[in-house]
Amino acid sequence: MPFALLKYATRSAFKGDHAAERHFRLSPDLKPTYDVVIIGAGGHGLAAAYYLATRHGITNIAVLDKGWLAGGNTARNTTIVRANYLTPEGVAFYKESVDLFRSLSNELDINVMYTERGHFTLAHTDAAMNTARWRAEVNKHMGVSSEVIGPDDVKRICPTINVSDDVHYPIMGALYHPPGAIARHDAMAWGYAKEAARHGVEIHTQTGVNRILIENGRAVGVETNRGTIHAGRVLQAVAGSSSVVANMAGLKLPIRTIPLQACVSEPVKPILDQIVVSGSLHVYISQSARGEMVMGGATDAYGLYSTRSTLDFKESLMAHMLELFPFMGELKVLRQWAGMADMTPDFSPVMGLTPIENFFIDAGWGTWGFKATPVSGLRMAECVATGRQPDLLKPFALDRFGSFDLVGEKGAASVGH
Amino acid sequence: MKIMICPVNGPRNIAEFAWGGEVKPDVDPVTCTDQDWTDHLFLEANIAGIVTEWWLHTPTNTWFIARRNTLTDEILETMTLDAYYTREGAISA
Ligand SMILES: Cc1cc2nc3c(=O)[nH]c(=O)nc-3n(C[C@H](O)[C@H](O)[C@H](O)COP(=O)(O)OP(=O)(O)OC[C@H]3O[C@@H](n4cnc5c(N)ncnc54)[C@H](O)[C@@H]3O)c2cc1C
Repeated sequence: MPFALLKYATRSAFKGDHAAERHFRLSPDLKPTYDVVIIGAGGHGLAAAYYLATRHGITNIAVLDKGWLAGGNTARNTTIVRANYLTPEGVAFYKESVDLFRSLSNELDINVMYTERGHFTLAHTDAAMNTARWRAEVNKHMGVSSEVIGPDDVKRICPTINVSDDVHYPIMGALYHPPGAIARHDAMAWGYAKEAARHGVEIHTQTGVNRILIENGRAVGVETNRGTIHAGRVLQAVAGSSSVVANMAGLKLPIRTIPLQACVSEPVKPILDQIVVSGSLHVYISQSARGEMVMGGATDAYGLYSTRSTLDFKESLMAHMLELFPFMGELKVLRQWAGMADMTPDFSPVMGLTPIENFFIDAGWGTWGFKATPVSGLRMAECVATGRQPDLLKPFALDRFGSFDLVGEKGAASVGH
Repeated sequence: MKIMICPVNGPRNIAEFAWGGEVKPDVDPVTCTDQDWTDHLFLEANIAGIVTEWWLHTPTNTWFIARRNTLTDEILETMTLDAYYTREGAISA
Protein backbone atom coordinates (compact mmCIF):
# COMPACT_ATOMS: atom_id res chain seq x y z
CA MET A 1 0.00 0.00 0.00
CA PRO A 2 1.46 3.40 -0.90
CA PHE A 3 2.54 5.22 2.25
CA ALA A 4 0.82 8.35 0.97
CA LEU A 5 -2.53 6.79 1.83
CA LEU A 6 -1.58 6.51 5.48
CA LYS A 7 -2.25 10.20 5.93
CA TYR A 8 -5.96 9.56 5.54
CA ALA A 9 -5.90 6.99 8.31
CA THR A 10 -3.84 9.17 10.65
CA ARG A 11 -5.75 12.34 9.84
CA SER A 12 -9.13 10.88 10.55
CA ALA A 13 -7.82 9.23 13.69
CA PHE A 14 -6.10 12.32 15.09
CA LYS A 15 -7.78 15.30 13.54
CA GLY A 16 -11.07 13.92 12.41
CA ASP A 17 -11.15 15.82 9.14
CA HIS A 18 -12.02 12.73 7.10
CA ALA A 19 -14.27 11.19 9.69
CA ALA A 20 -17.98 11.08 8.84
CA GLU A 21 -20.05 13.80 10.41
CA ARG A 22 -22.10 12.64 13.43
CA HIS A 23 -25.78 13.03 12.75
CA PHE A 24 -26.44 14.37 16.22
CA ARG A 25 -24.49 15.26 19.33
CA LEU A 26 -24.43 12.76 22.13
CA SER A 27 -25.92 14.16 25.31
CA PRO A 28 -24.27 12.15 28.07
CA ASP A 29 -25.95 13.45 31.23
CA LEU A 30 -29.59 14.20 31.90
CA LYS A 31 -30.28 17.63 33.31
CA PRO A 32 -32.62 17.80 36.31
CA THR A 33 -35.15 19.97 34.44
CA TYR A 34 -36.32 20.63 30.89
CA ASP A 35 -39.01 22.89 29.48
CA VAL A 36 -40.31 19.99 27.40
CA VAL A 37 -39.69 16.26 27.69
CA ILE A 38 -40.64 14.19 24.65
CA ILE A 39 -41.05 10.45 25.20
CA GLY A 40 -40.10 8.52 22.05
CA ALA A 41 -37.31 9.33 19.59
CA GLY A 42 -39.12 8.10 16.50
CA GLY A 43 -39.82 10.41 13.57
CA HIS A 44 -42.77 12.01 15.35
CA GLY A 45 -41.00 12.84 18.61
CA LEU A 46 -37.92 14.14 16.80
CA ALA A 47 -39.97 16.24 14.38
CA ALA A 48 -41.93 17.78 17.27
CA ALA A 49 -38.62 18.66 18.96
CA TYR A 50 -37.28 20.20 15.76
CA TYR A 51 -40.34 22.38 15.18
CA LEU A 52 -40.50 23.42 18.86
CA ALA A 53 -36.90 24.59 18.55
CA THR A 54 -37.12 26.23 15.13
CA ARG A 55 -40.69 27.60 15.07
CA HIS A 56 -41.31 28.36 18.73
CA GLY A 57 -37.85 29.09 20.16
CA ILE A 58 -38.19 26.36 22.79
CA THR A 59 -34.82 24.60 22.90
CA ASN A 60 -34.51 23.28 26.45
CA ILE A 61 -35.91 19.93 25.34
CA ALA A 62 -34.99 16.31 26.01
CA VAL A 63 -36.15 13.59 23.64
CA LEU A 64 -35.98 10.25 25.48
CA ASP A 65 -36.05 6.79 23.93
CA LYS A 66 -35.84 3.46 25.68
CA GLY A 67 -34.12 1.95 22.64
CA TRP A 68 -32.02 3.43 19.88
CA LEU A 69 -32.76 6.39 17.63
CA ALA A 70 -35.88 5.71 15.55
CA GLY A 71 -35.74 1.96 16.13
CA GLY A 72 -39.53 1.70 16.40
CA ASN A 73 -41.99 1.89 13.54
CA THR A 74 -40.03 4.74 11.96
CA ALA A 75 -37.33 2.23 10.97
CA ARG A 76 -39.83 -0.50 10.08
CA ASN A 77 -42.30 1.19 7.79
CA THR A 78 -42.66 0.92 4.04
CA THR A 79 -42.41 4.72 3.61
CA ILE A 80 -45.47 5.42 1.49
CA VAL A 81 -46.50 9.08 1.49
CA ARG A 82 -49.86 10.13 0.05
CA ALA A 83 -52.77 12.48 0.70
CA ASN A 84 -55.64 10.57 -0.98
CA TYR A 85 -57.65 9.92 2.16
CA LEU A 86 -61.43 9.70 2.46
CA THR A 87 -62.59 12.38 4.90
CA PRO A 88 -62.10 16.13 4.31
CA GLU A 89 -60.41 16.34 7.75
CA GLY A 90 -57.99 13.57 6.84
CA VAL A 91 -57.22 14.88 3.36
CA ALA A 92 -56.50 18.42 4.66
CA PHE A 93 -54.18 17.00 7.31
CA TYR A 94 -52.18 14.62 5.10
CA LYS A 95 -52.02 17.20 2.31
CA GLU A 96 -50.16 19.56 4.62
CA SER A 97 -47.69 16.76 5.31
CA VAL A 98 -47.09 16.13 1.60
CA ASP A 99 -46.48 19.87 1.13
CA LEU A 100 -43.89 19.80 3.93
CA PHE A 101 -42.23 16.67 2.50
CA ARG A 102 -41.55 18.42 -0.79
CA SER A 103 -39.08 20.87 0.75
CA LEU A 104 -37.81 18.70 3.58
CA SER A 105 -34.45 17.74 2.04
CA ASN A 106 -33.57 21.43 1.80
CA GLU A 107 -34.94 22.33 5.19
CA LEU A 108 -33.15 19.48 7.02
CA ASP A 109 -30.05 19.57 4.79
CA ILE A 110 -30.15 15.82 4.30
CA ASN A 111 -31.44 13.85 1.33
CA VAL A 112 -34.69 12.27 2.49
CA MET A 113 -35.05 10.80 -1.04
CA TYR A 114 -38.65 11.95 -1.31
CA THR A 115 -39.69 10.59 -4.72
CA GLU A 116 -43.13 10.96 -6.29
CA ARG A 117 -43.94 7.67 -8.01
CA GLY A 118 -47.70 7.67 -8.57
CA HIS A 119 -50.00 5.57 -6.39
CA PHE A 120 -52.73 3.11 -7.42
CA THR A 121 -55.45 1.82 -5.14
CA LEU A 122 -56.76 -1.08 -7.20
CA ALA A 123 -60.45 -1.97 -7.08
CA HIS A 124 -61.66 -5.53 -7.71
CA THR A 125 -65.27 -5.13 -6.56
CA ASP A 126 -68.14 -2.72 -7.10
CA ALA A 127 -67.88 -1.61 -3.49
CA ALA A 128 -64.19 -0.77 -3.94
CA MET A 129 -65.00 1.18 -7.14
CA ASN A 130 -67.56 3.19 -5.17
CA THR A 131 -65.04 4.01 -2.47
CA ALA A 132 -62.53 5.00 -5.16
CA ARG A 133 -65.04 7.42 -6.73
CA TRP A 134 -65.91 8.86 -3.33
CA ARG A 135 -62.24 9.39 -2.48
CA ALA A 136 -61.53 10.95 -5.90
CA GLU A 137 -64.32 13.50 -5.41
CA VAL A 138 -63.27 14.43 -1.87
CA ASN A 139 -59.61 14.62 -2.95
CA LYS A 140 -60.30 16.87 -5.96
CA HIS A 141 -62.50 19.11 -3.86
CA MET A 142 -59.62 19.52 -1.40
CA GLY A 143 -57.08 20.23 -4.16
CA VAL A 144 -55.44 16.80 -4.10
CA SER A 145 -54.75 15.15 -7.46
CA SER A 146 -56.77 11.91 -7.69
CA GLU A 147 -58.88 10.25 -10.37
CA VAL A 148 -60.61 6.97 -11.09
CA ILE A 149 -59.18 5.13 -14.10
CA GLY A 150 -60.04 1.87 -15.86
CA PRO A 151 -57.92 -1.26 -16.30
CA ASP A 152 -56.57 -0.09 -19.69
CA ASP A 153 -55.13 3.05 -18.17
CA VAL A 154 -53.75 1.07 -15.24
CA LYS A 155 -51.92 -1.15 -17.75
CA ARG A 156 -50.74 1.83 -19.82
CA ILE A 157 -49.20 3.59 -16.82
CA CYS A 158 -47.91 0.43 -15.12
CA PRO A 159 -47.10 -2.16 -17.84
CA THR A 160 -45.89 -4.88 -15.44
CA ILE A 161 -49.26 -5.30 -13.76
CA ASN A 162 -51.53 -8.21 -14.72
CA VAL A 163 -54.96 -6.82 -15.68
CA SER A 164 -56.23 -10.05 -17.26
CA ASP A 165 -59.52 -11.68 -16.25
CA ASP A 166 -57.79 -14.99 -15.68
CA VAL A 167 -57.31 -14.41 -11.93
CA HIS A 168 -59.40 -14.75 -8.78
CA TYR A 169 -60.10 -11.02 -8.54
CA PRO A 170 -59.76 -9.15 -11.87
CA ILE A 171 -58.92 -5.44 -11.68
CA MET A 172 -62.01 -3.30 -12.36
CA GLY A 173 -60.23 0.02 -12.07
CA ALA A 174 -58.14 2.10 -9.71
CA LEU A 175 -57.95 5.31 -7.78
CA TYR A 176 -54.87 6.95 -9.29
CA HIS A 177 -52.99 9.49 -7.13
CA PRO A 178 -50.02 10.85 -9.13
CA PRO A 179 -48.28 12.57 -6.14
CA GLY A 180 -48.04 9.29 -4.16
CA ALA A 181 -44.41 9.02 -3.02
CA ILE A 182 -41.82 7.14 -1.06
CA ALA A 183 -39.02 8.59 1.10
CA ARG A 184 -36.06 7.41 3.15
CA HIS A 185 -37.36 6.71 6.67
CA ASP A 186 -33.96 6.69 8.42
CA ALA A 187 -32.97 9.95 6.77
CA MET A 188 -36.13 11.56 8.10
CA ALA A 189 -35.22 10.61 11.65
CA TRP A 190 -31.55 11.55 11.24
CA GLY A 191 -32.46 14.85 9.60
CA TYR A 192 -34.88 15.92 12.32
CA ALA A 193 -32.50 14.65 15.03
CA LYS A 194 -29.45 16.44 13.68
CA GLU A 195 -31.24 19.75 13.10
CA ALA A 196 -33.02 19.61 16.45
CA ALA A 197 -29.69 18.89 18.16
CA ARG A 198 -28.06 21.77 16.29
CA HIS A 199 -30.65 24.05 17.90
CA GLY A 200 -29.86 22.71 21.37
CA VAL A 201 -32.28 19.80 21.77
CA GLU A 202 -30.86 16.86 23.71
CA ILE A 203 -31.50 13.32 22.50
CA HIS A 204 -31.09 10.54 25.04
CA THR A 205 -31.35 6.97 23.81
CA GLN A 206 -31.33 3.95 26.15
CA THR A 207 -33.48 6.12 28.41
CA GLY A 208 -36.84 4.55 29.08
CA VAL A 209 -39.67 6.33 30.87
CA ASN A 210 -41.18 4.18 33.63
CA ARG A 211 -43.45 6.69 35.33
CA ILE A 212 -45.05 10.02 34.61
CA LEU A 213 -45.12 12.35 37.57
CA ILE A 214 -48.44 14.07 38.09
CA GLU A 215 -49.30 16.63 40.75
CA ASN A 216 -52.81 18.06 41.08
CA GLY A 217 -53.85 16.91 37.63
CA ARG A 218 -50.78 18.34 35.97
CA ALA A 219 -47.73 16.57 34.54
CA VAL A 220 -44.51 17.74 36.20
CA GLY A 221 -41.88 15.23 35.10
CA VAL A 222 -40.91 11.68 34.32
CA GLU A 223 -39.03 8.90 36.03
CA THR A 224 -36.53 7.11 33.82
CA ASN A 225 -34.06 4.25 34.22
CA ARG A 226 -31.44 7.01 34.53
CA GLY A 227 -33.20 9.05 37.17
CA THR A 228 -36.05 11.50 37.64
CA ILE A 229 -36.36 14.63 35.55
CA HIS A 230 -38.72 17.54 35.87
CA ALA A 231 -40.52 18.95 32.89
CA GLY A 232 -42.69 21.94 32.15
CA ARG A 233 -44.54 19.91 29.55
CA VAL A 234 -44.51 16.25 28.54
CA LEU A 235 -45.36 14.84 25.11
CA GLN A 236 -45.72 11.13 24.42
CA ALA A 237 -44.99 9.90 20.88
CA VAL A 238 -44.42 6.18 21.34
CA ALA A 239 -46.60 4.50 18.66
CA GLY A 240 -46.99 0.80 19.61
CA SER A 241 -46.38 1.57 23.30
CA SER A 242 -48.99 4.38 23.42
CA SER A 243 -51.36 2.62 25.84
CA VAL A 244 -48.52 1.58 28.15
CA VAL A 245 -47.14 5.11 28.44
CA ALA A 246 -50.58 6.78 28.64
CA ASN A 247 -51.40 4.37 31.44
CA MET A 248 -48.45 5.84 33.39
CA ALA A 249 -50.42 9.09 33.32
CA GLY A 250 -53.64 7.29 34.30
CA LEU A 251 -55.15 7.55 30.82
CA LYS A 252 -56.91 4.81 28.88
CA LEU A 253 -56.84 5.10 25.09
CA PRO A 254 -59.05 3.91 22.22
CA ILE A 255 -56.06 1.94 20.91
CA ARG A 256 -55.10 -1.69 20.35
CA THR A 257 -51.50 -2.67 19.64
CA ILE A 258 -51.41 -5.06 16.67
CA PRO A 259 -48.36 -6.16 14.67
CA LEU A 260 -47.97 -5.06 11.08
CA GLN A 261 -45.58 -7.15 8.99
CA ALA A 262 -43.64 -6.37 5.84
CA CYS A 263 -40.95 -7.92 3.68
CA VAL A 264 -38.60 -7.14 0.80
CA SER A 265 -37.39 -9.22 -2.11
CA GLU A 266 -33.83 -9.47 -3.34
CA PRO A 267 -32.92 -6.34 -5.34
CA VAL A 268 -33.53 -6.29 -9.10
CA LYS A 269 -33.26 -3.67 -11.84
CA PRO A 270 -35.99 -1.01 -11.92
CA ILE A 271 -39.19 -2.65 -13.12
CA LEU A 272 -41.95 -1.02 -11.07
CA ASP A 273 -42.25 2.77 -10.89
CA GLN A 274 -45.56 3.08 -9.10
CA ILE A 275 -46.81 2.20 -5.65
CA VAL A 276 -49.57 -0.38 -6.07
CA VAL A 277 -52.12 -1.10 -3.36
CA SER A 278 -55.14 -3.37 -3.33
CA GLY A 279 -57.70 -2.80 -0.62
CA SER A 280 -59.67 -5.90 -1.51
CA LEU A 281 -56.61 -8.18 -1.61
CA HIS A 282 -54.95 -6.50 1.38
CA VAL A 283 -51.54 -6.16 -0.27
CA TYR A 284 -49.28 -3.37 -1.42
CA ILE A 285 -45.95 -3.10 -3.19
CA SER A 286 -43.35 -0.59 -4.40
CA GLN A 287 -39.78 -0.90 -5.59
CA SER A 288 -37.15 0.81 -3.45
CA ALA A 289 -34.36 2.95 -4.85
CA ARG A 290 -31.96 0.03 -4.43
CA GLY A 291 -34.22 -2.34 -6.31
CA GLU A 292 -35.92 -4.37 -3.59
CA MET A 293 -39.64 -5.04 -3.89
CA VAL A 294 -41.10 -3.67 -0.66
CA MET A 295 -44.31 -5.47 0.27
CA GLY A 296 -46.88 -5.43 3.01
CA GLY A 297 -50.50 -6.06 3.82
CA ALA A 298 -53.03 -5.52 6.58
CA THR A 299 -52.28 -5.94 10.29
CA ASP A 300 -52.09 -9.34 11.97
CA ALA A 301 -55.30 -11.05 13.04
CA TYR A 302 -54.81 -10.36 16.76
CA GLY A 303 -53.07 -7.97 19.13
CA LEU A 304 -49.51 -8.46 20.34
CA TYR A 305 -46.61 -6.46 21.78
CA SER A 306 -44.07 -8.28 19.65
CA THR A 307 -42.20 -7.82 16.40
CA ARG A 308 -42.07 -11.48 15.44
CA SER A 309 -42.62 -12.51 11.82
CA THR A 310 -44.85 -15.30 10.57
CA LEU A 311 -45.00 -17.63 7.57
CA ASP A 312 -48.78 -17.08 7.38
CA PHE A 313 -48.19 -13.45 6.51
CA LYS A 314 -45.85 -14.28 3.63
CA GLU A 315 -48.10 -17.01 2.27
CA SER A 316 -51.27 -14.94 2.14
CA LEU A 317 -49.38 -11.91 0.78
CA MET A 318 -47.71 -13.85 -2.02
CA ALA A 319 -50.88 -15.62 -3.10
CA HIS A 320 -52.33 -12.27 -4.21
CA MET A 321 -49.06 -10.64 -5.18
CA LEU A 322 -48.32 -13.33 -7.77
CA GLU A 323 -51.64 -12.75 -9.46
CA LEU A 324 -50.98 -9.02 -9.69
CA PHE A 325 -47.33 -9.39 -10.70
CA PRO A 326 -46.60 -12.87 -12.10
CA PHE A 327 -42.89 -11.99 -12.58
CA MET A 328 -42.57 -11.97 -8.79
CA GLY A 329 -42.56 -15.77 -8.94
CA GLU A 330 -38.89 -15.52 -9.91
CA LEU A 331 -37.89 -13.44 -6.87
CA LYS A 332 -36.78 -14.54 -3.45
CA VAL A 333 -37.80 -12.89 -0.22
CA LEU A 334 -34.73 -11.32 1.36
CA ARG A 335 -35.95 -9.98 4.71
CA GLN A 336 -39.11 -10.01 6.77
CA TRP A 337 -39.95 -7.95 9.85
CA ALA A 338 -42.77 -6.36 11.85
CA GLY A 339 -43.64 -3.27 13.84
CA MET A 340 -46.21 -2.70 16.59
CA ALA A 341 -49.04 -0.60 15.21
CA ASP A 342 -51.20 1.51 17.55
CA MET A 343 -54.60 0.97 15.92
CA THR A 344 -57.61 3.22 16.53
CA PRO A 345 -61.21 2.21 15.76
CA ASP A 346 -61.57 4.88 13.04
CA PHE A 347 -58.10 4.55 11.46
CA SER A 348 -57.28 8.15 12.39
CA PRO A 349 -54.73 9.41 14.93
CA VAL A 350 -55.26 10.69 18.46
CA MET A 351 -53.47 14.00 18.86
CA GLY A 352 -53.23 17.01 21.09
CA LEU A 353 -54.42 17.93 24.56
CA THR A 354 -55.33 15.37 27.21
CA PRO A 355 -57.36 15.66 30.43
CA ILE A 356 -54.02 16.10 32.22
CA GLU A 357 -52.61 19.58 32.11
CA ASN A 358 -49.20 19.90 30.42
CA PHE A 359 -49.45 16.35 29.13
CA PHE A 360 -49.82 15.95 25.37
CA ILE A 361 -50.36 12.95 23.17
CA ASP A 362 -49.37 11.99 19.64
CA ALA A 363 -50.66 8.45 19.12
CA GLY A 364 -52.94 6.20 17.12
CA TRP A 365 -50.59 6.19 14.15
CA GLY A 366 -51.29 2.59 13.39
CA THR A 367 -50.13 1.62 9.94
CA TRP A 368 -50.32 5.11 8.41
CA GLY A 369 -48.17 7.51 10.46
CA PHE A 370 -44.90 7.78 8.55
CA LYS A 371 -46.43 10.11 5.97
CA ALA A 372 -47.67 12.31 8.81
CA THR A 373 -44.24 12.74 10.43
CA PRO A 374 -43.72 16.37 9.27
CA VAL A 375 -47.27 17.62 9.86
CA SER A 376 -47.70 15.93 13.21
CA GLY A 377 -44.32 17.26 14.33
CA LEU A 378 -45.24 20.77 13.21
CA ARG A 379 -48.73 20.79 14.71
CA MET A 380 -47.88 18.96 17.93
CA ALA A 381 -45.09 21.51 18.44
CA GLU A 382 -47.69 24.27 18.03
CA CYS A 383 -50.01 22.46 20.45
CA VAL A 384 -47.29 21.99 23.10
CA ALA A 385 -45.96 25.54 22.70
CA THR A 386 -49.34 27.29 22.87
CA GLY A 387 -51.24 24.85 25.07
CA ARG A 388 -54.09 25.00 22.55
CA GLN A 389 -55.39 22.44 20.05
CA PRO A 390 -54.51 23.72 16.54
CA ASP A 391 -57.50 23.85 14.15
CA LEU A 392 -56.01 21.17 11.90
CA LEU A 393 -55.86 18.79 14.89
CA LYS A 394 -59.31 19.49 16.31
CA PRO A 395 -60.95 16.55 14.49
CA PHE A 396 -58.30 14.21 15.93
CA ALA A 397 -58.71 15.11 19.60
CA LEU A 398 -58.83 12.30 22.16
CA ASP A 399 -62.32 13.35 23.30
CA ARG A 400 -63.91 12.76 19.86
CA PHE A 401 -64.87 9.24 20.92
CA GLY A 402 -67.03 10.51 23.77
CA SER A 403 -69.21 12.38 21.26
CA PHE A 404 -69.11 9.72 18.51
CA ASP A 405 -67.28 12.23 16.26
CA LEU A 406 -65.13 9.60 14.63
CA VAL A 407 -63.00 10.39 11.57
CA GLY A 408 -63.62 7.20 9.61
CA GLU A 409 -60.65 6.50 7.37
CA LYS A 410 -61.01 2.74 7.11
CA GLY A 411 -61.78 2.98 3.39
CA ALA A 412 -58.45 4.72 2.80
CA ALA A 413 -56.17 3.21 5.44
CA SER A 414 -57.10 -0.38 6.18
CA VAL A 415 -54.25 -1.76 4.09
CA GLY A 416 -51.26 -0.84 6.18
CA HIS A 417 -49.34 1.94 4.51
CA MET B 1 -48.70 -23.18 12.03
CA LYS B 2 -49.91 -21.85 15.35
CA ILE B 3 -52.47 -23.98 17.16
CA MET B 4 -55.25 -22.73 19.41
CA ILE B 5 -57.38 -25.10 21.47
CA CYS B 6 -61.08 -24.43 21.05
CA PRO B 7 -62.72 -25.58 24.31
CA VAL B 8 -65.46 -27.24 22.24
CA ASN B 9 -63.70 -28.40 19.05
CA GLY B 10 -60.19 -29.09 20.29
CA PRO B 11 -56.86 -28.02 18.74
CA ARG B 12 -57.23 -26.15 15.43
CA ASN B 13 -55.13 -23.91 13.17
CA ILE B 14 -55.16 -20.32 14.51
CA ALA B 15 -56.43 -19.21 11.09
CA GLU B 16 -59.83 -20.71 12.02
CA PHE B 17 -60.22 -18.25 14.88
CA ALA B 18 -61.19 -14.59 15.08
CA TRP B 19 -59.98 -12.25 17.81
CA GLY B 20 -62.81 -10.60 19.75
CA GLY B 21 -60.80 -8.27 21.94
CA GLU B 22 -60.45 -7.94 25.69
CA VAL B 23 -63.16 -8.95 28.14
CA LYS B 24 -64.44 -5.70 29.62
CA PRO B 25 -66.57 -5.36 32.73
CA ASP B 26 -70.22 -4.93 31.75
CA VAL B 27 -71.85 -1.53 32.14
CA ASP B 28 -75.57 -1.16 32.53
CA PRO B 29 -76.77 0.94 29.56
CA VAL B 30 -79.82 2.07 31.53
CA THR B 31 -78.07 3.46 34.59
CA CYS B 32 -74.61 4.40 33.29
CA THR B 33 -73.63 7.90 32.14
CA ASP B 34 -73.01 8.67 28.44
CA GLN B 35 -69.31 8.90 29.23
CA ASP B 36 -69.32 5.44 30.88
CA TRP B 37 -70.97 4.06 27.78
CA THR B 38 -68.57 5.56 25.20
CA ASP B 39 -65.62 4.61 27.41
CA HIS B 40 -66.94 1.05 27.45
CA LEU B 41 -67.32 1.06 23.67
CA PHE B 42 -64.02 2.62 22.68
CA LEU B 43 -61.39 2.49 25.44
CA GLU B 44 -59.07 -0.48 25.70
CA ALA B 45 -56.74 -1.57 28.49
CA ASN B 46 -54.43 -2.87 25.71
CA ILE B 47 -52.21 -4.60 28.23
CA ALA B 48 -48.65 -5.69 27.48
CA GLY B 49 -48.73 -8.99 29.36
CA ILE B 50 -51.41 -11.46 30.32
CA VAL B 51 -54.88 -10.68 28.97
CA THR B 52 -58.33 -12.28 29.08
CA GLU B 53 -60.11 -12.10 25.73
CA TRP B 54 -63.05 -13.10 23.60
CA TRP B 55 -62.25 -15.48 20.74
CA LEU B 56 -64.44 -17.06 18.09
CA HIS B 57 -63.98 -20.40 16.36
CA THR B 58 -65.45 -19.21 13.07
CA PRO B 59 -66.37 -22.50 11.32
CA THR B 60 -68.59 -23.50 14.25
CA ASN B 61 -69.46 -20.01 15.48
CA THR B 62 -68.27 -20.87 19.00
CA TRP B 63 -67.44 -17.92 21.23
CA PHE B 64 -65.15 -18.67 24.16
CA ILE B 65 -62.59 -17.05 26.48
CA ALA B 66 -58.80 -17.25 26.14
CA ARG B 67 -55.95 -16.09 28.32
CA ARG B 68 -52.89 -15.01 26.34
CA ASN B 69 -49.54 -13.37 26.95
CA THR B 70 -49.31 -10.46 24.49
CA LEU B 71 -45.56 -10.11 25.02
CA THR B 72 -44.65 -13.72 24.16
CA ASP B 73 -47.53 -14.70 21.82
CA GLU B 74 -48.36 -17.67 24.06
CA ILE B 75 -51.90 -18.93 24.52
CA LEU B 76 -52.09 -19.83 28.21
CA GLU B 77 -55.56 -21.38 28.41
CA THR B 78 -58.94 -21.39 26.74
CA MET B 79 -62.31 -22.06 28.35
CA THR B 80 -66.01 -22.11 27.61
CA LEU B 81 -68.13 -19.16 28.73
CA ASP B 82 -69.69 -21.33 31.42
CA ALA B 83 -66.30 -22.26 32.80
CA TYR B 84 -65.23 -18.62 32.73
CA TYR B 85 -68.35 -17.27 34.43
CA THR B 86 -68.26 -20.03 37.04
CA ARG B 87 -64.68 -19.17 37.85
CA GLU B 88 -65.40 -15.44 37.94
CA GLY B 89 -68.35 -16.06 40.22
CA ALA B 90 -70.70 -14.25 37.86
CA ILE B 91 -74.01 -15.57 36.58
CA SER B 92 -73.89 -16.97 33.07
CA ALA B 93 -76.21 -15.07 30.75
C1 LIG C 1 -44.48 -2.68 8.63
C2 LIG C 1 -44.99 -1.27 8.71
C3 LIG C 1 -45.23 -0.57 7.53
C4 LIG C 1 -45.71 0.74 7.58
N1 LIG C 1 -45.87 1.42 6.41
C5 LIG C 1 -46.24 2.71 6.42
C6 LIG C 1 -46.30 3.45 5.21
O1 LIG C 1 -46.02 2.92 4.12
N2 LIG C 1 -46.70 4.74 5.27
C7 LIG C 1 -47.02 5.35 6.44
O2 LIG C 1 -47.39 6.51 6.44
N3 LIG C 1 -46.92 4.68 7.64
C8 LIG C 1 -46.54 3.38 7.64
N4 LIG C 1 -46.43 2.69 8.83
C9 LIG C 1 -46.76 3.38 10.10
C10 LIG C 1 -45.57 4.20 10.59
O3 LIG C 1 -44.40 3.42 10.59
C11 LIG C 1 -45.78 4.71 12.03
O4 LIG C 1 -47.08 5.22 12.19
C12 LIG C 1 -44.78 5.82 12.37
O5 LIG C 1 -43.48 5.43 12.01
C13 LIG C 1 -44.85 6.14 13.84
O6 LIG C 1 -43.77 6.97 14.18
P1 LIG C 1 -43.52 7.39 15.67
O7 LIG C 1 -42.37 8.30 15.69
O8 LIG C 1 -44.80 7.87 16.24
O9 LIG C 1 -43.23 6.00 16.41
P2 LIG C 1 -41.92 5.06 16.49
O10 LIG C 1 -41.02 5.26 15.33
O11 LIG C 1 -42.41 3.68 16.76
O12 LIG C 1 -41.17 5.64 17.75
C14 LIG C 1 -41.64 5.43 19.05
C15 LIG C 1 -40.45 5.33 19.97
O13 LIG C 1 -40.90 5.34 21.31
C16 LIG C 1 -40.00 4.58 22.06
N5 LIG C 1 -40.62 4.22 23.34
C17 LIG C 1 -41.65 3.37 23.58
N6 LIG C 1 -41.92 3.29 24.89
C18 LIG C 1 -41.05 4.13 25.52
C19 LIG C 1 -40.82 4.49 26.89
N7 LIG C 1 -41.55 3.97 27.88
N8 LIG C 1 -39.82 5.37 27.17
C20 LIG C 1 -39.06 5.89 26.17
N9 LIG C 1 -39.24 5.59 24.86
C21 LIG C 1 -40.21 4.72 24.54
C22 LIG C 1 -39.68 3.39 21.17
O14 LIG C 1 -38.44 2.79 21.53
C23 LIG C 1 -39.65 4.03 19.78
O15 LIG C 1 -38.35 4.34 19.34
C24 LIG C 1 -45.98 1.37 8.83
C25 LIG C 1 -45.74 0.66 10.02
C26 LIG C 1 -45.24 -0.64 9.97
C27 LIG C 1 -44.98 -1.37 11.25
